[in-house]
Amino acid sequence: MAEPWEDDEVDGPVRKFMYVNRRAPYGTIYALESLEVVLIAAAFEQDVSLVFMDDGVYQIKKEQNTDAIGVKNFSPTYRALEGYDVEKLYVEKESLESRGLTTDDLIVPVQVVENDQLAELMEEQEVILSF
Amino acid sequence: MKLSVLVNEGPYQHQSADSAIQFTKAALAKGHEVFRVFFYHDGVNNGTSYAVPPQDDRNITQEWTSLAKEHDLDLVVCIAAAQRRGILDENESKRQGKDGFNIAEGFRISGLGQLIEAGIQSDRLVIFGD
Repeated sequence: MAEPWEDDEVDGPVRKFMYVNRRAPYGTIYALESLEVVLIAAAFEQDVSLVFMDDGVYQIKKEQNTDAIGVKNFSPTYRALEGYDVEKLYVEKESLESRGLTTDDLIVPVQVVENDQLAELMEEQEVILSF
Repeated sequence: MKLSVLVNEGPYQHQSADSAIQFTKAALAKGHEVFRVFFYHDGVNNGTSYAVPPQDDRNITQEWTSLAKEHDLDLVVCIAAAQRRGILDENESKRQGKDGFNIAEGFRISGLGQLIEAGIQSDRLVIFGD
């Protein structure tokens, strides 16, 4: 039973939320603002998973250096996700390989899934937010 | 069906801002419930009262305002995205020491939790973006 001080949480069932990140980390603000949604959403204790595909795989690439473009490098924040119990991180295999990357190039541990497996995972979701 | 709508692009620049309002109108006309419309990314620009589009063009913000009045819609603009892009309500304007505020009638500014709540409470969250 919820204690009175937990009243600020939203009532309702736990739902399966998937955040699909498809764009490069810089150039547009989508990746950063997507991460902001994920961090806020973590407080709602839903069943959360993240997908990185297409240029979105670059969001979790190691050794990002944004000095020359004058934009904040927000990639260390992805490492904090584990502390928010956001642990289901999927990367589409085809996106990773076609960009010449492997999991060794990534700053967080991920599960690599093939395109058709990803489609199955998406099928299981109740809310999909694509950024 | 209980629906919520997420608008991720600004008005006039992107068709998705038009599609979102047309979809919302169509859903209401079919008798669906719209739990909330949430504006994120450049979508927050749909909620500025300072835009003055040419008179022979549509006024997207005014359309939302009228629709909200007619159907008691909850139009929520994300505060973090709004602050980046200069969309303020009266309280926030005072707090930040600005000399005006521009949130349009029928819109309110609140947090991202409102988007997550919409995802939890609605049968479908329908997203309009680029």
